[in-house]
Amino acid sequence: MSHQYPVALDDAAIEEFGRELDAIQAEVKASLGARDRKYIKRMIKIQRSLAFGGRMMIFASLPLMPAFPVFLGVIGAGTAALGLSKILENMEIGHNVLHAQWDWMQDPEIHSSTWEWDTVCPADQWKHSHNVVHHTWTNVLGRDRDVGYEILRVNEVQPWRPGHLAQPFYAALLAVLFQWGIALHDIDIVALQRREITLRDVKGQLAGIGRKARKQLLKDYVLWPLLAGPWFLTVVLANAAANLMRNLWSYAIIFCGHFPDGVHVFTEAQVAGETRGRWYLRQVLGSCNISGGPLFHILSGNLSHQIEHHLFPDMPSNRYPEVAPRVQALCERYGIPYNRGSFARQLGTTLRTILRLALPTRNKALPA
Amino acid sequence: MKNVSTAIWTRLADVVGLVATPLVPSHYIALVSPLAATHTRNARVEAALDETADARTLTLRPGRGWRTHRAGQHVRIGLAIDGRIATRTYSISSAPERDDGRITITVKAQGRASRALVRDVTVGSYMSIGLPEGDFVLPDAVPMKLGFVTAGSGITPVMCMLRSMVARGEQRDIVHVHFAKHAGDVIFGDELRALATQYPSYRLAIVHTQDDTRRLCRERFDELVPDWRERETWACGPQSVLDTLASCFAQAERAHALHVERFTAALAPMPAGADGGGNVRFATSNVVRRSDGRTPLLRIAEAAGVNAPHGCRMGICHTCDATLVAGCVRDLRTGGRIDQAGTRIQVCVCAAAGDVELAL
Repeated sequence: MSHQYPVALDDAAIEEFGRELDAIQAEVKASLGARDRKYIKRMIKIQRSLAFGGRMMIFASLPLMPAFPVFLGVIGAGTAALGLSKILENMEIGHNVLHAQWDWMQDPEIHSSTWEWDTVCPADQWKHSHNVVHHTWTNVLGRDRDVGYEILRVNEVQPWRPGHLAQPFYAALLAVLFQWGIALHDIDIVALQRREITLRDVKGQLAGIGRKARKQLLKDYVLWPLLAGPWFLTVVLANAAANLMRNLWSYAIIFCGHFPDGVHVFTEAQVAGETRGRWYLRQVLGSCNISGGPLFHILSGNLSHQIEHHLFPDMPSNRYPEVAPRVQALCERYGIPYNRGSFARQLGTTLRTILRLALPTRNKALPA
Repeated sequence: MKNVSTAIWTRLADVVGLVATPLVPSHYIALVSPLAATHTRNARVEAALDETADARTLTLRPGRGWRTHRAGQHVRIGLAIDGRIATRTYSISSAPERDDGRITITVKAQGRASRALVRDVTVGSYMSIGLPEGDFVLPDAVPMKLGFVTAGSGITPVMCMLRSMVARGEQRDIVHVHFAKHAGDVIFGDELRALATQYPSYRLAIVHTQDDTRRLCRERFDELVPDWRERETWACGPQSVLDTLASCFAQAERAHALHVERFTAALAPMPAGADGGGNVRFATSNVVRRSDGRTPLLRIAEAAGVNAPHGCRMGICHTCDATLVAGCVRDLRTGGRIDQAGTRIQVCVCAAAGDVELAL
């Protein structure tokens, strides 16, 4: 047995496991058609209607301010609709379109090469930091910047530093400002700290973020509020609440992807010369699913099927629910742990880890 | 002063448009009215009329930003078939003089996309549409003596020209030879025959290829249109017909008097033995390299010094996607072939199957 993974499988069995996954992917790919196109077109229509409807409701609430409870109800509903539209736009639509999940339609309007999403992170930088770095190097220490986002200690194999004492605070701050964390994610902060690169090397990236951020801020905090005239500040607050709602929700879902108890991390040595079968195995061992109903899956951008998403990143997300039971059964057959739990369990163990590892716990040995 | 105020208004419109960022207001307008969109152009199917057993005329209403075509021009149509957008080009069959904001295309069910247009498209549905293009057009100063040679659905651009001349009241000495399988297979048959009855200067000869199997050659063309050397001629039909006409006109040193429109097959067939590889041309870099049919195109590009973006190099991240300009590639993972020009392919997991041209 030459591989270095925590499963009792020989090399041949791992490759066989990989071939079975290839077969599932090929089967789904061959069956893509009108039904899938209808799904994403409908999702986009719902999202845009929610965005416009939400903003209109916020405006409609303003003259109702004298009837304060009514005003609160209407502006609350409008803000929730706007927040919901941002959640759908970023997660079930944007994230997945940018993964090229819908490129098979050959539709110039819904294509990874032209899509831009409603967040301060420019799409091109996201496609590098996420599609390339994170999805290629899933959970490989020193390579995958998503393991703690370079500020949090989320696994016992990461050495403790005094700075980690403040990580409960950082984690909370990141939740509130999540879209800004994502925007800066493609900038190699570690290399900057080590002076391997200078600010000049990241000037282009920062300029890209600046251009995108200016438009995003102008939209939510200047233009729409200006349309409300004397109620400028009220609209600013409502829009900020919608953005906050999206930040907290996407943070919670995304932190459940790779940090809950039982997830595995890897070293570069372990993945050297990795075959396709072993790459698949690493994706399963390094990802966690969240159980829930159809609406929950859609609102999570189907990242509740994180394992399937990591196995097949460019498979249309509406197909993850149907392949998940097949992948789980396959893992059971091969004796590969399949990490799936309730939202409370996955988020709870993640937050507990962040609190616990803030303290100088004993450093676990790196996987051999 | 006018320029300045226009510039200010444009700038203001741009700023106000930011309320929809990262989209544009047109994306929201299109939810309610697809024809009012400006970020893309759609057309609504207003009517469908069967011309023959396998040809249908669709009346389309193009959305904002449409410009009137010139008689003989074609237009690109994008239609979702099984969830995938197929883009095909069709000649416009209605006259530019038609003034109700509608055009017609006449489609013969001979490929996947055309079949879908003939059989599956319903009145009230939308499709994306380009702008009129092409130089197979009737000049503003119409020559006194004209010749038309058409075959099958090749009649469509010429029908547009005939209708345009009727609408403009321009009577010319015309000889029109049309090839169709049999009497029931003549697209616009009744209209053409009515024109011939009404206008003595329009002489129509319809050849039914089912009964008369003689191929078009020099002698036959002489027989059908004895004075073809004096006529400026427009021809639309299969390659063999166009080739014959081209050689006739070239020999008579009148190549300038022949205008042709070809309709090539939508999909190029896989060349025989193409799995052995072929020449790979990187169009942007203007570099050609030989491929063995097994090496990923990304590696060939890099070895040739072509500046190709790449990411995971294993077909998951789509950073390396490039547009296939021409030819056929093989997906090394599935063995599946991709030969539709314009497709974006993952060059890190695709190899050449025959000669290939990429936009890299």
